[in-house]
Amino acid sequence: MAERAWHEIVRDVFKANQVKLVTYVPDNVLRPLIDAVRADKDFTSFACAREEEAVGVVSGAWMAGMRGVVLMQTSGFATLANALASLAVPFQIPVVMMISERGTLGEFNLGQAMTCRTMRPVLDALAMEHHTIERLDQVEFIADRTIKQAVQTQAPAALILSPLLTGGKVLKK
Amino acid sequence: MSQELESRGRGNAKVLNRFDITKRLVAKLKHEEAVVGGIGNTNFDLWAAGRRPQNFYMLGSMGLAVPIALGVALAQPKRRVFALEGDGSILMQLGALTTIAMLRPRNLAIVVMDNGSYQITGSQPTSTAAGADIVAMARGAGIDQSAWADDEAAFEKLMDRALAGEGPWLVAARIDGEPAVEQTERDPAQIRDRFMRGLGVKK
Ligand SMILES: Cc1ncc(C[n+]2csc(CCOP(=O)(O)OP(=O)(O)O)c2C)c(N)n1
Repeated sequence: MAERAWHEIVRDVFKANQVKLVTYVPDNVLRPLIDAVRADKDFTSFACAREEEAVGVVSGAWMAGMRGVVLMQTSGFATLANALASLAVPFQIPVVMMISERGTLGEFNLGQAMTCRTMRPVLDALAMEHHTIERLDQVEFIADRTIKQAVQTQAPAALILSPLLTGGKVLKK
Repeated sequence: MSQELESRGRGNAKVLNRFDITKRLVAKLKHEEAVVGGIGNTNFDLWAAGRRPQNFYMLGSMGLAVPIALGVALAQPKRRVFALEGDGSILMQLGALTTIAMLRPRNLAIVVMDNGSYQITGSQPTSTAAGADIVAMARGAGIDQSAWADDEAAFEKLMDRALAGEGPWLVAARIDGEPAVEQTERDPAQIRDRFMRGLGVKK
């Protein structure tokens, strides 16, 4: 069998963990994963207008028995401190976020670079489990274990996709 | 089949009372319908209208009652789901109306309590006090079945339709400046656990 790409592994991990709902505000690096879940009838997937909204939808769905994941870019995560601190964390709702990391390792937009610096401090301030995936051989283990732990400990968690894994986004001349 | 609902519009709608119409809605709920209360007053009056395990009281995430209710509606398509929001709260997350219009959940109804103000933070006017019309915005978003409740009887009729017909629905009510009757017990983990049991997700 040909080696699976990161997004194929992630899609399969979602399935293995009964993730049925994928909400997102798109990002170019996440495009293959978004395309993969959109093409797959096992998933209900759609774009939300804001990341907070996407977190709200997945929170409601979890409480009603449907597991979900929210996909976003670093800048989208930066809009979420209130939704996480007032909803997912205190209500103990395992919102799993997959964040495509912009702002580092060759970023060309200072705004993205500054935004990126707020991400891990916010996650740490909320004592949220987060892991950065840098290599293809880590994808399955980290994604699978993070989703399982989130569900079993009823806690939100973040999976950060490093440019080392995805190639990130660089300025095209 | 969606169809536009008739109503006289915001300007001619009778000013109702939040606790009164919340009680009227709750009295109609006979099939363990889910109700998601928004920040502050909408969830306080929902709490005061009687404890139901199918109620979710959202504590600090202004604007997220509608997205949370959408998630519940998607996960349990056979259960009717109501979101109660203030005008300030819905203004904060108007994009969610477009998501709902796109997905067309048949089992979702949104009730907006429009007092023209951010009442709980000191009654500063919202843009609805200057004429912004939430029903017009909802229709513009694509939720065709959106209407102002002309009076108590019209509100009840709209709730009956939301309980029997195919959604999504948005019903807005002009309300007075009465404060909420009681405050919700703020225990998030317990609220979530009770709600999940109320929805049959936990035994
Ligand atoms: C993101 C966010 N911004 C601001 C607040 C402060 N706040 C709490 S309630 C509220 C007003 C809510 O207004 P509305 O939804 O119209 O309800 P009302 O108080 O009129 O019943 C505000 C601004 C908050 N909790 N969260």
